[in-house]
Amino acid sequence: MSVVATPECKSHMVTVMESPRTTEPPGPPGPPAPADQAGAAVVRFEHVGMRYGAGPEILRDVSFTLPPRSFHFLTGPSGAGKSSLLKLLYLDHLPSHGRIEVFGRDIASTPRGELPAIRRRIGVVFQDFRLIDHLSALENVALALIVAGARFEQVREHVAEMLRWVGLAEQIHAKPATLSGGEQQRVAIARAVIGKPNLLLADEPTGSVDDAVAMRILYLFEELNKMGTTVLVATHNDKLVSSFAHPRLDLQAGETSLLPPA
Amino acid sequence: MAKETADLPLRHDAASRFVPFVIAAMVYLAALALAGAMLVASAVGGWTQGLRGTLTVHILPNPAGAAATAKDLAKALTLLRANPQVAAARALDEKASRALLKPWLGAGATAPEIPVPRLIDIRLRRGAKVDVTALAARLREAVPGAELDDHRRWLGRLLGLAGSLETIALLVLMLAAAAAALAVVFAARAGLAVHKRAIEILHLIGARDTYIAVQFQRRAFMQALMGGVIGLGAAVASLLAMGKLFGGVELFGLNQVRFGPLHWTALAALAPGAALIAMAAARFTVLRSLARRL
Repeated sequence: MSVVATPECKSHMVTVMESPRTTEPPGPPGPPAPADQAGAAVVRFEHVGMRYGAGPEILRDVSFTLPPRSFHFLTGPSGAGKSSLLKLLYLDHLPSHGRIEVFGRDIASTPRGELPAIRRRIGVVFQDFRLIDHLSALENVALALIVAGARFEQVREHVAEMLRWVGLAEQIHAKPATLSGGEQQRVAIARAVIGKPNLLLADEPTGSVDDAVAMRILYLFEELNKMGTTVLVATHNDKLVSSFAHPRLDLQAGETSLLPPA
Repeated sequence: MAKETADLPLRHDAASRFVPFVIAAMVYLAALALAGAMLVASAVGGWTQGLRGTLTVHILPNPAGAAATAKDLAKALTLLRANPQVAAARALDEKASRALLKPWLGAGATAPEIPVPRLIDIRLRRGAKVDVTALAARLREAVPGAELDDHRRWLGRLLGLAGSLETIALLVLMLAAAAAALAVVFAARAGLAVHKRAIEILHLIGARDTYIAVQFQRRAFMQALMGGVIGLGAAVASLLAMGKLFGGVELFGLNQVRFGPLHWTALAALAPGAALIAMAAARFTVLRSLARRL
Protein backbone atom coordinates (compact mmCIF):
# COMPACT_ATOMS: atom_id res chain seq x y z
CA MET A 1 0.00 0.00 0.00
CA SER A 2 1.45 3.37 -0.97
CA VAL A 3 0.39 6.93 -0.68
CA VAL A 4 0.23 9.09 -3.75
CA ALA A 5 0.03 12.85 -3.78
CA THR A 6 -0.64 14.81 -6.91
CA PRO A 7 1.38 17.91 -7.67
CA GLU A 8 -1.80 19.88 -8.20
CA CYS A 9 -3.76 18.63 -5.28
CA LYS A 10 -1.40 18.02 -2.41
CA SER A 11 -4.33 17.90 -0.06
CA HIS A 12 -5.84 14.97 -1.93
CA MET A 13 -4.25 11.79 -0.76
CA VAL A 14 -5.20 8.46 -2.20
CA THR A 15 -4.38 4.95 -1.14
CA VAL A 16 -3.60 2.63 -3.99
CA MET A 17 -3.91 -0.99 -3.05
CA GLU A 18 -1.49 -3.72 -3.88
CA SER A 19 -3.37 -5.92 -6.28
CA PRO A 20 -3.96 -9.38 -4.85
CA ARG A 21 -2.35 -11.88 -7.17
CA THR A 22 -3.70 -14.96 -5.55
CA THR A 23 -7.12 -15.83 -4.25
CA GLU A 24 -6.13 -14.49 -0.84
CA PRO A 25 -7.23 -11.08 0.37
CA PRO A 26 -4.84 -8.14 -0.06
CA GLY A 27 -1.78 -8.55 2.11
CA PRO A 28 -0.16 -6.06 4.47
CA PRO A 29 1.44 -2.86 3.15
CA GLY A 30 4.66 -3.45 1.28
CA PRO A 31 6.66 -2.40 -1.75
CA PRO A 32 5.12 -2.89 -5.18
CA ALA A 33 5.60 -6.32 -6.65
CA PRO A 34 8.28 -6.53 -9.34
CA ALA A 35 6.73 -5.78 -12.67
CA ASP A 36 8.35 -8.72 -14.37
CA GLN A 37 11.44 -10.85 -14.38
CA ALA A 38 14.54 -8.79 -13.68
CA GLY A 39 15.45 -6.67 -16.67
CA ALA A 40 12.92 -8.27 -19.01
CA ALA A 41 10.52 -6.11 -20.97
CA VAL A 42 7.02 -5.74 -19.59
CA VAL A 43 5.64 -5.94 -23.13
CA ARG A 44 7.34 -7.14 -26.28
CA PHE A 45 5.67 -7.18 -29.69
CA GLU A 46 7.53 -8.91 -32.52
CA HIS A 47 6.16 -8.48 -36.05
CA VAL A 48 2.60 -8.63 -34.77
CA GLY A 49 -0.37 -8.55 -37.11
CA MET A 50 -4.03 -8.51 -36.24
CA ARG A 51 -7.31 -8.83 -38.07
CA TYR A 52 -10.92 -9.38 -36.99
CA GLY A 53 -12.15 -12.64 -38.48
CA ALA A 54 -11.52 -12.71 -42.20
CA GLY A 55 -11.39 -8.92 -42.43
CA PRO A 56 -8.43 -6.78 -43.48
CA GLU A 57 -5.35 -6.53 -41.28
CA ILE A 58 -5.76 -3.73 -38.76
CA LEU A 59 -2.19 -4.14 -37.57
CA ARG A 60 0.37 -5.34 -40.08
CA ASP A 61 3.85 -5.51 -38.65
CA VAL A 62 4.03 -4.07 -35.19
CA SER A 63 7.19 -4.43 -33.17
CA PHE A 64 8.00 -2.55 -29.98
CA THR A 65 9.08 -3.05 -26.41
CA LEU A 66 7.81 -1.44 -23.23
CA PRO A 67 10.58 -1.58 -20.64
CA PRO A 68 9.73 -1.80 -16.93
CA ARG A 69 8.63 1.53 -15.38
CA SER A 70 8.34 3.19 -18.78
CA PHE A 71 5.62 5.69 -19.73
CA HIS A 72 4.54 5.96 -23.35
CA PHE A 73 1.77 7.69 -25.21
CA LEU A 74 0.18 5.72 -28.01
CA THR A 75 -0.67 8.18 -30.74
CA GLY A 76 -1.97 8.00 -34.26
CA PRO A 77 -4.97 9.02 -36.33
CA SER A 78 -8.42 7.57 -35.83
CA GLY A 79 -8.68 4.09 -37.28
CA ALA A 80 -4.92 3.54 -37.07
CA GLY A 81 -5.52 0.57 -34.76
CA LYS A 82 -4.74 2.00 -31.32
CA SER A 83 -7.70 0.29 -29.66
CA SER A 84 -6.91 -2.96 -31.48
CA LEU A 85 -3.34 -2.81 -30.25
CA LEU A 86 -4.60 -2.28 -26.72
CA LYS A 87 -6.96 -5.27 -27.12
CA LEU A 88 -3.93 -7.43 -27.83
CA LEU A 89 -2.25 -6.00 -24.76
CA TYR A 90 -5.11 -6.67 -22.36
CA LEU A 91 -5.45 -10.18 -23.78
CA ASP A 92 -8.82 -9.77 -25.42
CA HIS A 93 -7.54 -10.99 -28.78
CA LEU A 94 -4.72 -13.10 -30.11
CA PRO A 95 -2.57 -11.79 -32.97
CA SER A 96 -3.06 -13.22 -36.44
CA HIS A 97 0.72 -13.50 -36.64
CA GLY A 98 3.79 -12.51 -34.71
CA ARG A 99 4.68 -12.92 -31.07
CA ILE A 100 3.48 -11.05 -28.00
CA GLU A 101 5.17 -11.31 -24.64
CA VAL A 102 3.60 -9.78 -21.54
CA PHE A 103 5.56 -9.95 -18.29
CA GLY A 104 7.95 -12.30 -20.06
CA ARG A 105 5.20 -14.77 -21.01
CA ASP A 106 4.49 -15.68 -24.60
CA ILE A 107 0.72 -15.15 -24.67
CA ALA A 108 0.06 -17.64 -27.45
CA SER A 109 1.65 -20.49 -25.51
CA THR A 110 0.46 -19.49 -22.03
CA PRO A 111 -2.18 -21.92 -20.74
CA ARG A 112 -5.63 -20.34 -20.69
CA GLY A 113 -5.98 -20.90 -16.95
CA GLU A 114 -2.98 -18.64 -16.29
CA LEU A 115 -4.29 -15.67 -18.27
CA PRO A 116 -6.56 -14.28 -15.49
CA ALA A 117 -3.52 -13.87 -13.23
CA ILE A 118 -1.77 -11.91 -16.00
CA ARG A 119 -4.90 -9.81 -16.62
CA ARG A 120 -5.02 -8.90 -12.92
CA ARG A 121 -1.58 -7.35 -13.28
CA ILE A 122 -2.92 -5.12 -16.05
CA GLY A 123 -5.14 -2.14 -15.31
CA VAL A 124 -7.25 -1.04 -18.25
CA VAL A 125 -9.19 2.17 -18.78
CA PHE A 126 -11.54 1.29 -21.62
CA GLN A 127 -12.64 3.93 -24.06
CA ASP A 128 -16.27 2.93 -23.48
CA PHE A 129 -15.64 2.65 -19.70
CA ARG A 130 -17.20 -0.84 -19.46
CA LEU A 131 -18.81 -0.37 -16.09
CA ILE A 132 -21.32 -2.92 -14.84
CA ASP A 133 -24.68 -1.18 -14.99
CA HIS A 134 -26.38 -2.57 -11.89
CA LEU A 135 -23.39 -2.00 -9.59
CA SER A 136 -22.63 1.29 -7.88
CA ALA A 137 -19.43 3.23 -8.54
CA LEU A 138 -18.02 1.81 -5.31
CA GLU A 139 -18.88 -1.76 -6.30
CA ASN A 140 -17.54 -1.35 -9.82
CA VAL A 141 -14.18 -0.20 -8.53
CA ALA A 142 -14.07 -2.80 -5.76
CA LEU A 143 -14.69 -5.53 -8.32
CA ALA A 144 -11.09 -5.26 -9.56
CA LEU A 145 -9.94 -6.38 -6.11
CA ILE A 146 -12.77 -8.79 -5.40
CA VAL A 147 -12.16 -10.91 -8.50
CA ALA A 148 -8.67 -11.45 -7.14
CA GLY A 149 -10.03 -12.80 -3.86
CA ALA A 150 -10.45 -9.72 -1.64
CA ARG A 151 -13.58 -9.34 0.44
CA PHE A 152 -15.72 -6.31 -0.17
CA GLU A 153 -15.68 -5.22 3.47
CA GLN A 154 -11.88 -5.26 3.48
CA VAL A 155 -11.55 -2.95 0.51
CA ARG A 156 -14.56 -0.68 0.94
CA GLU A 157 -12.64 2.16 2.60
CA HIS A 158 -9.74 2.09 0.14
CA VAL A 159 -12.13 2.13 -2.77
CA ALA A 160 -14.17 4.96 -1.30
CA GLU A 161 -10.94 6.92 -0.78
CA MET A 162 -9.97 6.39 -4.41
CA LEU A 163 -13.38 7.56 -5.59
CA ARG A 164 -13.16 10.64 -3.40
CA TRP A 165 -9.79 11.39 -4.95
CA VAL A 166 -11.11 11.22 -8.51
CA GLY A 167 -13.78 13.68 -7.41
CA LEU A 168 -16.69 11.28 -6.98
CA ALA A 169 -17.21 11.58 -3.23
CA GLU A 170 -20.87 12.35 -3.75
CA GLN A 171 -21.42 9.64 -6.35
CA ILE A 172 -19.95 6.67 -4.51
CA HIS A 173 -23.26 4.85 -4.44
CA ALA A 174 -24.49 6.06 -7.81
CA LYS A 175 -25.15 3.62 -10.63
CA PRO A 176 -23.32 4.25 -13.93
CA ALA A 177 -26.54 5.22 -15.72
CA THR A 178 -26.93 8.22 -13.39
CA LEU A 179 -23.35 9.41 -13.92
CA SER A 180 -22.16 11.73 -16.67
CA GLY A 181 -19.65 10.51 -19.25
CA GLY A 182 -16.79 12.18 -17.40
CA GLU A 183 -17.86 10.66 -14.09
CA GLN A 184 -18.11 7.22 -15.62
CA GLN A 185 -14.65 7.68 -17.05
CA ARG A 186 -13.29 8.53 -13.61
CA VAL A 187 -14.90 5.41 -12.15
CA ALA A 188 -13.25 3.39 -14.90
CA ILE A 189 -9.90 4.99 -14.11
CA ALA A 190 -10.32 4.30 -10.41
CA ARG A 191 -11.07 0.65 -11.18
CA ALA A 192 -8.00 0.40 -13.40
CA VAL A 193 -5.56 1.84 -10.86
CA ILE A 194 -7.00 0.63 -7.54
CA GLY A 195 -4.97 -2.57 -7.65
CA LYS A 196 -1.74 -0.77 -8.51
CA PRO A 197 -1.21 -2.75 -11.68
CA ASN A 198 2.21 -3.56 -13.12
CA LEU A 199 0.96 -2.40 -16.51
CA LEU A 200 -1.62 0.34 -17.02
CA LEU A 201 -3.33 0.67 -20.38
CA ALA A 202 -5.59 3.62 -21.01
CA ASP A 203 -7.66 4.11 -24.14
CA GLU A 204 -8.50 7.80 -24.46
CA PRO A 205 -8.75 8.18 -20.66
CA THR A 206 -9.32 11.91 -20.83
CA GLY A 207 -11.83 11.93 -23.67
CA SER A 208 -14.80 12.87 -21.52
CA VAL A 209 -13.24 15.17 -18.93
CA ASP A 210 -12.15 18.79 -18.89
CA ASP A 211 -8.51 19.81 -19.09
CA ALA A 212 -8.02 20.20 -15.35
CA VAL A 213 -9.34 16.73 -14.59
CA ALA A 214 -7.38 15.35 -17.55
CA MET A 215 -4.18 16.73 -16.05
CA ARG A 216 -5.05 15.24 -12.64
CA ILE A 217 -5.62 11.86 -14.25
CA LEU A 218 -2.28 12.01 -16.04
CA TYR A 219 -0.56 13.02 -12.81
CA LEU A 220 -2.08 10.00 -11.13
CA PHE A 221 -0.73 7.82 -13.93
CA GLU A 222 2.69 9.42 -13.49
CA GLU A 223 2.64 8.71 -9.77
CA LEU A 224 1.78 5.10 -10.46
CA ASN A 225 4.56 5.04 -13.01
CA LYS A 226 7.03 6.32 -10.41
CA MET A 227 5.95 3.50 -8.14
CA GLY A 228 6.86 0.96 -10.81
CA THR A 229 3.83 0.72 -13.08
CA THR A 230 4.49 0.65 -16.80
CA VAL A 231 2.02 3.00 -18.49
CA LEU A 232 0.71 3.19 -22.04
CA VAL A 233 -1.86 5.89 -22.77
CA ALA A 234 -3.64 5.98 -26.11
CA THR A 235 -4.80 9.51 -26.82
CA HIS A 236 -5.74 12.04 -29.48
CA ASN A 237 -5.08 14.91 -27.15
CA ASP A 238 -1.93 16.55 -28.54
CA LYS A 239 -2.03 19.23 -25.87
CA LEU A 240 -1.92 16.62 -23.17
CA VAL A 241 0.86 14.69 -24.88
CA SER A 242 2.97 17.80 -25.18
CA SER A 243 2.44 18.57 -21.48
CA PHE A 244 4.38 15.48 -20.42
CA ALA A 245 7.87 14.46 -21.38
CA HIS A 246 7.14 10.90 -22.36
CA PRO A 247 8.03 9.13 -25.60
CA ARG A 248 5.34 8.37 -28.15
CA LEU A 249 4.55 5.11 -29.82
CA ASP A 250 3.09 6.35 -33.06
CA LEU A 251 0.80 4.05 -35.01
CA GLN A 252 0.42 4.79 -38.70
CA ALA A 253 -1.17 2.46 -41.26
CA GLY A 254 -0.88 -0.55 -39.00
CA GLU A 255 2.78 -0.05 -38.11
CA THR A 256 4.43 1.59 -35.11
CA SER A 257 7.38 3.90 -34.72
CA LEU A 258 8.90 5.23 -31.52
CA LEU A 259 9.01 9.02 -31.37
CA PRO A 260 10.65 11.25 -28.76
CA PRO A 261 8.54 13.35 -26.37
CA ALA A 262 6.52 16.00 -28.16
CA MET B 1 -22.77 -5.10 -2.73
CA ALA B 2 -24.13 -7.05 0.18
CA LYS B 3 -22.52 -10.23 -1.09
CA GLU B 4 -19.05 -10.38 -2.55
CA THR B 5 -20.17 -12.17 -5.67
CA ALA B 6 -23.32 -10.34 -6.61
CA ASP B 7 -21.69 -8.99 -9.76
CA LEU B 8 -24.25 -10.72 -11.96
CA PRO B 9 -27.90 -9.99 -11.12
CA LEU B 10 -29.00 -13.56 -11.79
CA ARG B 11 -31.83 -13.20 -9.28
CA HIS B 12 -33.68 -10.97 -11.73
CA ASP B 13 -33.32 -13.25 -14.74
CA ALA B 14 -36.70 -13.97 -16.27
CA ALA B 15 -35.26 -16.99 -18.11
CA SER B 16 -34.40 -18.86 -14.92
CA ARG B 17 -37.64 -18.22 -13.04
CA PHE B 18 -39.20 -21.44 -14.36
CA VAL B 19 -36.40 -23.59 -12.94
CA PRO B 20 -37.90 -24.14 -9.44
CA PHE B 21 -41.21 -25.24 -10.99
CA VAL B 22 -39.54 -27.72 -13.33
CA ILE B 23 -37.42 -29.07 -10.51
CA ALA B 24 -40.50 -29.33 -8.26
CA ALA B 25 -42.34 -31.36 -10.91
CA MET B 26 -39.34 -33.59 -11.51
CA VAL B 27 -38.74 -34.22 -7.82
CA TYR B 28 -42.46 -34.97 -7.38
CA LEU B 29 -42.35 -37.62 -10.13
CA ALA B 30 -39.03 -38.99 -8.91
CA ALA B 31 -40.34 -39.24 -5.34
CA LEU B 32 -43.43 -41.17 -6.46
CA ALA B 33 -41.32 -43.50 -8.62
CA LEU B 34 -38.83 -44.06 -5.82
CA ALA B 35 -41.60 -44.66 -3.29
CA GLY B 36 -43.22 -47.17 -5.65
CA ALA B 37 -39.93 -48.99 -6.17
CA MET B 38 -39.24 -49.12 -2.44
CA LEU B 39 -42.78 -50.31 -1.75
CA VAL B 40 -42.46 -53.16 -4.23
CA ALA B 41 -38.95 -54.02 -2.99
CA SER B 42 -40.22 -54.20 0.59
CA ALA B 43 -43.22 -56.33 -0.39
CA VAL B 44 -41.04 -58.71 -2.40
CA GLY B 45 -38.65 -58.94 0.54
CA GLY B 46 -41.59 -59.86 2.76
CA TRP B 47 -42.88 -62.48 0.33
CA THR B 48 -39.46 -64.05 -0.13
CA GLN B 49 -38.85 -64.08 3.60
CA GLY B 50 -42.29 -65.55 4.29
CA LEU B 51 -41.96 -68.33 1.74
CA ARG B 52 -38.37 -69.30 2.45
CA GLY B 53 -38.25 -72.77 4.04
CA THR B 54 -41.88 -73.59 3.29
CA LEU B 55 -43.63 -76.00 0.92
CA THR B 56 -47.30 -76.54 0.18
CA VAL B 57 -49.02 -79.78 -0.73
CA HIS B 58 -52.31 -79.77 -2.66
CA ILE B 59 -54.54 -82.82 -2.17
CA LEU B 60 -57.31 -82.99 -4.74
CA PRO B 61 -60.76 -83.95 -3.46
CA ASN B 62 -61.18 -87.72 -3.68
CA PRO B 63 -64.17 -88.63 -5.90
CA ALA B 64 -65.04 -91.33 -3.36
CA GLY B 65 -66.09 -88.66 -0.90
CA ALA B 66 -64.96 -86.53 2.03
CA ALA B 67 -63.88 -89.51 4.13
CA ALA B 68 -61.58 -90.73 1.36
CA THR B 69 -60.12 -87.22 1.02
CA ALA B 70 -59.47 -87.12 4.76
CA LYS B 71 -57.72 -90.50 4.46
CA ASP B 72 -55.52 -89.16 1.64
CA LEU B 73 -54.70 -86.15 3.78
CA ALA B 74 -53.67 -88.34 6.71
CA LYS B 75 -51.51 -90.52 4.46
CA ALA B 76 -49.71 -87.46 3.09
CA LEU B 77 -49.21 -86.02 6.57
CA THR B 78 -47.73 -89.29 7.83
CA LEU B 79 -45.32 -89.42 4.91
CA LEU B 80 -44.27 -85.83 5.35
CA ARG B 81 -43.82 -86.01 9.13
CA ALA B 82 -41.62 -89.04 8.67
CA ASN B 83 -39.22 -86.95 6.59
CA PRO B 84 -36.31 -85.75 8.81
CA GLN B 85 -36.08 -82.46 6.85
CA VAL B 86 -39.62 -81.47 7.75
CA ALA B 87 -39.99 -79.54 10.99
CA ALA B 88 -43.79 -79.39 10.88
CA ALA B 89 -46.59 -80.35 8.54
CA ARG B 90 -50.03 -78.88 9.22
CA ALA B 91 -53.19 -79.49 7.27
CA LEU B 92 -55.43 -76.49 6.72
CA ASP B 93 -59.04 -77.38 7.46
CA GLU B 94 -61.56 -77.14 4.65
CA LYS B 95 -62.94 -73.86 5.95
CA ALA B 96 -59.50 -72.25 5.81
CA SER B 97 -58.91 -73.59 2.30
CA ARG B 98 -62.24 -72.16 1.14
CA ALA B 99 -61.40 -68.85 2.81
CA LEU B 100 -58.24 -68.59 0.65
CA LEU B 101 -60.39 -68.83 -2.48
CA LYS B 102 -62.87 -66.26 -1.29
CA PRO B 103 -61.10 -63.21 -2.85
CA TRP B 104 -61.42 -64.88 -6.30
CA LEU B 105 -64.68 -66.84 -6.02
CA GLY B 106 -66.54 -64.61 -3.63
CA ALA B 107 -69.28 -66.05 -1.48
CA GLY B 108 -69.51 -69.08 -3.84
CA ALA B 109 -66.25 -70.41 -2.42
CA THR B 110 -68.11 -71.56 0.67
CA ALA B 111 -70.70 -73.61 -1.28
CA PRO B 112 -70.14 -77.28 -0.38
CA GLU B 113 -70.87 -78.43 -3.94
CA ILE B 114 -67.68 -76.73 -5.17
CA PRO B 115 -64.76 -79.11 -4.65
CA VAL B 116 -61.84 -77.44 -2.94
CA PRO B 117 -58.35 -78.98 -2.76
CA ARG B 118 -57.02 -79.49 0.76
CA LEU B 119 -53.72 -77.88 1.62
CA ILE B 120 -50.82 -78.94 3.82
CA ASP B 121 -48.45 -76.24 4.99
CA ILE B 122 -44.92 -77.59 5.47
CA ARG B 123 -42.20 -75.86 7.52
CA LEU B 124 -38.73 -77.19 6.82
CA ARG B 125 -35.94 -77.39 9.35
CA ARG B 126 -33.39 -74.57 9.29
CA GLY B 127 -30.82 -75.23 6.56
CA ALA B 128 -32.75 -78.23 5.26
CA LYS B 129 -32.02 -79.31 1.71
CA VAL B 130 -35.02 -81.12 0.31
CA ASP B 131 -35.09 -82.96 -3.01
CA VAL B 132 -38.44 -81.53 -4.05
CA THR B 133 -38.80 -83.76 -7.13
CA ALA B 134 -38.20 -86.96 -5.14
CA LEU B 135 -40.54 -85.89 -2.36
CA ALA B 136 -43.25 -84.98 -4.90
CA ALA B 137 -42.90 -88.42 -6.54
CA ARG B 138 -43.24 -90.19 -3.21
CA LEU B 139 -46.29 -88.09 -2.38
CA ARG B 140 -47.95 -88.90 -5.72
CA GLU B 141 -47.21 -92.56 -5.13
CA ALA B 142 -48.91 -92.48 -1.74
CA VAL B 143 -51.72 -90.12 -2.74
CA PRO B 144 -52.51 -90.01 -6.46
CA GLY B 145 -53.06 -86.45 -7.64
CA ALA B 146 -51.13 -84.88 -4.74
CA GLU B 147 -48.96 -81.95 -5.81
CA LEU B 148 -45.99 -80.43 -4.05
CA ASP B 149 -45.47 -76.70 -4.61
CA ASP B 150 -42.21 -75.06 -3.59
CA HIS B 151 -43.60 -71.59 -4.72
CA ARG B 152 -40.62 -71.13 -6.99
CA ARG B 153 -42.67 -70.61 -10.14
CA TRP B 154 -45.05 -68.11 -8.55
CA LEU B 155 -42.26 -66.30 -6.74
CA GLY B 156 -40.15 -66.21 -9.90
CA ARG B 157 -42.87 -64.46 -11.88
CA LEU B 158 -43.55 -62.08 -9.03
CA LEU B 159 -39.86 -61.25 -8.66
CA GLY B 160 -39.69 -60.65 -12.40
CA LEU B 161 -42.60 -58.23 -12.18
CA ALA B 162 -41.04 -56.51 -9.18
CA GLY B 163 -37.72 -56.23 -11.03
CA SER B 164 -39.48 -54.65 -14.02
CA LEU B 165 -41.23 -52.15 -11.77
CA GLU B 166 -37.94 -51.26 -10.11
CA THR B 167 -36.27 -50.79 -13.50
CA ILE B 168 -39.10 -48.51 -14.63
CA ALA B 169 -38.77 -46.51 -11.40
CA LEU B 170 -35.02 -46.17 -11.98
CA LEU B 171 -35.67 -44.97 -15.54
CA VAL B 172 -38.16 -42.39 -14.26
CA LEU B 173 -35.57 -41.20 -11.74
CA MET B 174 -32.93 -40.88 -14.44
CA LEU B 175 -35.31 -39.08 -16.80
CA ALA B 176 -36.32 -36.68 -14.03
CA ALA B 177 -32.68 -35.96 -13.26
CA ALA B 178 -31.92 -35.42 -16.96
CA ALA B 179 -34.93 -33.12 -17.41
CA ALA B 180 -33.96 -31.10 -14.33
CA ALA B 181 -30.36 -30.82 -15.56
CA LEU B 182 -31.54 -29.72 -19.01
CA ALA B 183 -33.77 -27.02 -17.51
CA VAL B 184 -30.77 -25.68 -15.59
CA VAL B 185 -28.54 -25.86 -18.67
CA PHE B 186 -31.02 -23.77 -20.70
CA ALA B 187 -31.41 -21.29 -17.85
CA ALA B 188 -27.64 -20.99 -17.49
CA ARG B 189 -27.21 -20.46 -21.24
CA ALA B 190 -29.88 -17.76 -21.19
CA GLY B 191 -28.12 -16.16 -18.22
CA LEU B 192 -24.81 -16.19 -20.05
CA ALA B 193 -26.44 -14.46 -23.01
CA VAL B 194 -28.26 -11.87 -20.89
CA HIS B 195 -25.16 -11.01 -18.86
CA LYS B 196 -22.70 -11.29 -21.73
CA ARG B 197 -21.39 -7.75 -21.28
CA ALA B 198 -20.88 -8.01 -17.52
CA ILE B 199 -19.19 -11.39 -17.93
CA GLU B 200 -16.89 -9.90 -20.54
CA ILE B 201 -15.94 -7.10 -18.14
CA LEU B 202 -15.30 -9.55 -15.30
CA HIS B 203 -13.20 -11.60 -17.65
CA LEU B 204 -11.12 -8.64 -18.77
CA ILE B 205 -10.41 -7.44 -15.24
CA GLY B 206 -9.03 -10.86 -14.38
CA ALA B 207 -11.91 -12.94 -13.04
CA ARG B 208 -11.36 -16.65 -13.35
CA ASP B 209 -13.99 -18.77 -15.06
CA THR B 210 -14.76 -20.39 -11.73
CA TYR B 211 -15.50 -16.98 -10.19
CA ILE B 212 -18.26 -16.51 -12.76
CA ALA B 213 -19.39 -20.14 -12.64
CA VAL B 214 -19.78 -20.02 -8.85
CA GLN B 215 -22.43 -17.32 -9.20
CA PHE B 216 -24.46 -19.42 -11.62
CA GLN B 217 -24.07 -22.65 -9.68
CA ARG B 218 -25.04 -20.99 -6.40
CA ARG B 219 -28.18 -19.60 -7.99
CA ALA B 220 -29.03 -22.97 -9.59
CA PHE B 221 -28.47 -24.75 -6.26
CA MET B 222 -30.81 -22.46 -4.37
CA GLN B 223 -33.50 -22.56 -7.05
CA ALA B 224 -33.34 -26.35 -7.30
CA LEU B 225 -33.36 -26.78 -3.54
CA MET B 226 -36.46 -24.62 -3.30
CA GLY B 227 -38.15 -26.53 -6.14
CA GLY B 228 -37.02 -29.83 -4.68
CA VAL B 229 -38.50 -29.10 -1.27
CA ILE B 230 -41.81 -28.07 -2.86
CA GLY B 231 -41.90 -31.20 -5.07
CA LEU B 232 -40.95 -33.45 -2.19
CA GLY B 233 -43.58 -31.93 0.07
CA ALA B 234 -46.24 -32.51 -2.58
CA ALA B 235 -45.05 -36.08 -3.11
CA VAL B 236 -45.12 -36.91 0.60
CA ALA B 237 -48.62 -35.44 0.87
CA SER B 238 -49.69 -37.57 -2.11
CA LEU B 239 -48.15 -40.72 -0.61
CA LEU B 240 -49.84 -40.15 2.73
CA ALA B 241 -53.17 -39.53 1.00
CA MET B 242 -52.74 -42.70 -1.08
CA GLY B 243 -51.85 -44.64 2.04
CA LYS B 244 -55.04 -43.46 3.65
CA LEU B 245 -57.20 -44.13 0.59
CA PHE B 246 -55.79 -47.54 -0.34
CA GLY B 247 -54.52 -48.74 3.04
CA GLY B 248 -57.45 -51.11 3.43
CA VAL B 249 -57.25 -52.55 -0.09
CA GLU B 250 -55.55 -55.94 -0.25
CA LEU B 251 -53.10 -55.94 -3.17
CA PHE B 252 -50.43 -58.66 -2.86
CA GLY B 253 -49.69 -57.42 0.63
CA LEU B 254 -48.59 -53.96 -0.57
CA ASN B 255 -50.95 -52.38 1.92
CA GLN B 256 -49.06 -54.12 4.71
CA VAL B 257 -45.73 -52.47 3.83
CA ARG B 258 -44.74 -49.58 6.08
CA PHE B 259 -41.98 -47.07 5.27
CA GLY B 260 -39.11 -47.01 7.76
CA PRO B 261 -36.54 -44.26 8.47
CA LEU B 262 -34.35 -45.52 5.61
CA HIS B 263 -37.17 -45.13 3.11
CA TRP B 264 -38.02 -41.62 4.30
CA THR B 265 -34.33 -40.68 4.25
CA ALA B 266 -34.04 -41.88 0.64
CA LEU B 267 -37.06 -39.77 -0.31
CA ALA B 268 -35.78 -36.73 1.59
CA ALA B 269 -32.43 -37.02 -0.21
CA LEU B 270 -34.16 -36.23 -3.51
CA ALA B 271 -34.36 -32.48 -2.80
CA PRO B 272 -30.65 -31.93 -2.03
CA GLY B 273 -29.85 -34.46 -4.76
CA ALA B 274 -31.73 -32.34 -7.30
CA ALA B 275 -29.95 -29.23 -6.00
CA LEU B 276 -26.55 -30.88 -6.45
CA ILE B 277 -27.45 -32.02 -9.98
CA ALA B 278 -28.59 -28.46 -10.82
CA MET B 279 -25.40 -27.01 -9.37
CA ALA B 280 -23.22 -29.39 -11.37
CA ALA B 281 -25.21 -28.72 -14.56
CA ALA B 282 -24.88 -24.94 -14.16
CA ARG B 283 -21.17 -25.14 -13.41
CA PHE B 284 -20.51 -27.44 -16.36
CA THR B 285 -22.51 -25.23 -18.75
CA VAL B 286 -20.83 -22.00 -17.70
CA LEU B 287 -17.30 -23.38 -17.64
CA ARG B 288 -17.79 -25.00 -21.02
CA SER B 289 -19.12 -21.79 -22.52
CA LEU B 290 -16.37 -19.60 -21.02
CA ALA B 291 -13.67 -22.01 -22.16
CA ARG B 292 -14.39 -20.90 -25.75
CA ARG B 293 -13.09 -17.44 -24.89
CA LEU B 294 -9.44 -16.44 -24.77
